[in-house]
Amino acid sequence: MSNTPKELKYVASHEWIRDEGDGTVTIGITDHAQDLLGDVVFVELPEVGDQVSAGDDTGVVESVKAASDVYAPLSGEVVAVNEDLEDAPELVNSDPYGDGWFFRLRLTDPAELEDLLDAEGYAEHCEAES
Amino acid sequence: MGNKTALYANHLAQGAKMVDFGGWDMPIHYGSQIEEHHQVRQQAGMFDVSHMTVVDVTGSDARDYLRRLLANDVERLKVKGKALYSAMLNEQGGVIDDLIVYLMTDPAVSGEWYRVVVNCATREKDLRWMAEQAAKMDVALTEQPELAMIAIQGPQAVVMTQSVLSDYRQKLIDQLQPFQGAESEGWFIARTGYTGEEGLEIMLPEEEASSFWDALAAAGVKPCGLGARDTLRLEAGMNLYGQDMDETQSPLVSAMGWTVAWEPAERQFIGRSALEAQRTQGLTAKLVGLVLEAKGVLRAHQKVKVEGLGEGEITSGSFSPTLGYSVALARVPLATAEAAQVDMRGKWVSVKVVKPPFVRNGVKVYS
Repeated sequence: MSNTPKELKYVASHEWIRDEGDGTVTIGITDHAQDLLGDVVFVELPEVGDQVSAGDDTGVVESVKAASDVYAPLSGEVVAVNEDLEDAPELVNSDPYGDGWFFRLRLTDPAELEDLLDAEGYAEHCEAES
Repeated sequence: MGNKTALYANHLAQGAKMVDFGGWDMPIHYGSQIEEHHQVRQQAGMFDVSHMTVVDVTGSDARDYLRRLLANDVERLKVKGKALYSAMLNEQGGVIDDLIVYLMTDPAVSGEWYRVVVNCATREKDLRWMAEQAAKMDVALTEQPELAMIAIQGPQAVVMTQSVLSDYRQKLIDQLQPFQGAESEGWFIARTGYTGEEGLEIMLPEEEASSFWDALAAAGVKPCGLGARDTLRLEAGMNLYGQDMDETQSPLVSAMGWTVAWEPAERQFIGRSALEAQRTQGLTAKLVGLVLEAKGVLRAHQKVKVEGLGEGEITSGSFSPTLGYSVALARVPLATAEAAQVDMRGKWVSVKVVKPPFVRNGVKVYS
């Protein structure tokens, strides 16, 4: 079974969100998503300074098997991106909730956090999809 | 649930992720497709290919039958055990399937026996077509579903396989030329493969498959799934039936022209007149290699544009683990030279046009 940490929030498009408690969130893709994709070979991320809105297409994960869009789960400004993924995209497979993170956002509206799924809700969503 | 090979339990025990492949439950990978790919390029990996269809062709007309059925000419097989790669065409010159045919008996000895290995996804239509063509001939077609098949591939594959076999079988393998096989007590051991590396493909009774697989694993041969098999064959510039060619495409536009035996001119193989008409009219397309050295992965069905010549399509594309970037096979206008563009998710990206293979024996070979 895929790992779905309780302390994170999720969206149906398989991104996870960690509230850093300072108005920023860290975003990546879930263990379930990396498992479906298989070996990740390229990750295309937004740039620091980009303004994104919830639901925007902000990047692409390419695995050996497929290309998959990365959506911004929340609105805000990109304040950091994980540059390690440039040379080590396999981090997305080996550590999706840690070293395989994608980017960090400064939220425009922290209230949007309320709309996210919790671990249980996300697990149910994956179950329904499969 | 799909069909299961004799190695199904072995795959599960080794942590395989199983997927449906042509009605069979097959391992796609055992953790990482890329690691399995490197394993084959650098040392040795093994693949369960028992889902493939093995058909023995016997009878006094076996040779004549195959000389009509196949675009390549089994008459070229002069030595017992030798293998030939061929297309099986329909009357329109479309590819029904690609296959390997082995000469199983000494041509000087009476009793004709060939062994044909066809794809699993095309099994039913192949068998139906082969049976239709055998009508009124003294030919028996005997499927061999009780044979398992294991491909061991990589620079160390032969040595590592020999380490778990009897002295007799070790010597037998030493004597094999490339693209040749030999029988041994119900086993058929051939120096063939689908990876661009040295290696063996071994057909053996199902009941012996599991213990042989375990012995290979104990000797250090790593199990590899169909995922790695696909990236390995793509790097090696080998076609995959259903993607790079099918019944709507001629071998002449599928980089398979070398497999069509035009001589002797009087041999009337099925599809010959259609191919001759295509040659007379002039071909308009060809299958080439594409290389994208920048970020991104070329994928099957992406559109290709060639300045001044028109459009084409990627037939197979993936990331090349050996090269570290993406490669593809594509059908493009015949006059395509060195450059093309690919529609990648709405953006036109420039790619190099090359002649496959991309990788052989572990190293880059295209230019």
